[in-house]
Amino acid sequence: MLLISCPNCGSRDETEFHYGGQAHVPYPENPAELDDRQWAEFLFYRDNTRGAFAERWLHSTGCRQWFNMLRDTVTYEIQAVYPMGTGRPDSAAPAPESGTASTAPDSTTTGTAAPDISGTSTGPASTTAPEGATK
Amino acid sequence: MAETAALDGINGLQDIRRSPASHLATAMEAGSVEGTAILEESPFQTMVGLRVDPHSEEGARVADVVGGLPARCSEVGGADGVSVLWLGPCEFLVVAPEEAHDSLGGTLIGSLAAALGGDPGQVVDLSANRTIFELSGTRARAVLEKGCSLDLHPRIFLPGTAVNTEVGNIPLILEKTGEESFRLFPRASFAGFLGRWLLDAMREYASPEVP
Repeated sequence: MLLISCPNCGSRDETEFHYGGQAHVPYPENPAELDDRQWAEFLFYRDNTRGAFAERWLHSTGCRQWFNMLRDTVTYEIQAVYPMGTGRPDSAAPAPESGTASTAPDSTTTGTAAPDISGTSTGPASTTAPEGATK
Repeated sequence: MAETAALDGINGLQDIRRSPASHLATAMEAGSVEGTAILEESPFQTMVGLRVDPHSEEGARVADVVGGLPARCSEVGGADGVSVLWLGPCEFLVVAPEEAHDSLGGTLIGSLAAALGGDPGQVVDLSANRTIFELSGTRARAVLEKGCSLDLHPRIFLPGTAVNTEVGNIPLILEKTGEESFRLFPRASFAGFLGRWLLDAMREYASPEVP
């Protein structure tokens, strides 16, 4: 299980989150001018990146806020967590390992505050499973 | 905004209403172990969903009514028996005793709605949305740890804080009210499942400990 660092709530189990797909997919400026193929590509075609991938996540059973996350699709390493509306970080150095799920927010940023790209890296679930986790 | 609160004659309905976990009342009494793990339902409290930007002018007015809004996750605001739980950066749950409800002579919802006025935000009567389980005793934390992956150790999870999380895969708000007492706020439809789940988790503490 992934241990995801919500910018508002701190590290939580993956089961508290919903996946929102690829981030930074712009809505077409003139949707009416697209032909069927272009519209289908906007709606359904997404990258299948090997390596760092920017994606959207929703902390659905927590603060109910969306955020972006840069995750390695091979190692599952979370390289950065940053707010909606900000650009993809260029190269994010992995933050120190976070031990267990905690109630402490990683920073004081809220959904409207400055970008927080101090993501928390997380290894395979076997090494980071919080004590008492039964999911 | 607070239309349900303005209903007259609602007091006559109090006798026939049933709480979401009322069918578990005897089971909870039988399953509680005095001093070790006690489970009770504390239903019908006044709850108000509040959505307002806490940094705005209207946020300050609303904060005056309830006695302060929490600033970040796990904080609990409020004063004088009213607690304000943090649900999101601009979303809060005000929890107050039953008498604070406008239909019972209280003024909480009306004064919140008046404080917000026409400014951006929301004041909604959510008293029927959730029920409250009170779990206390020396083994209360051990019961919760069977189904909650957060660190509930007292050095991390302090009395007077509350978090949005899952217990037994049920999304709820978990509030720590004292060193060994917790309040759980599941939605009403999950109350039966969660009540039974907690009773099952508590069952081992009724037996003598195996060395």
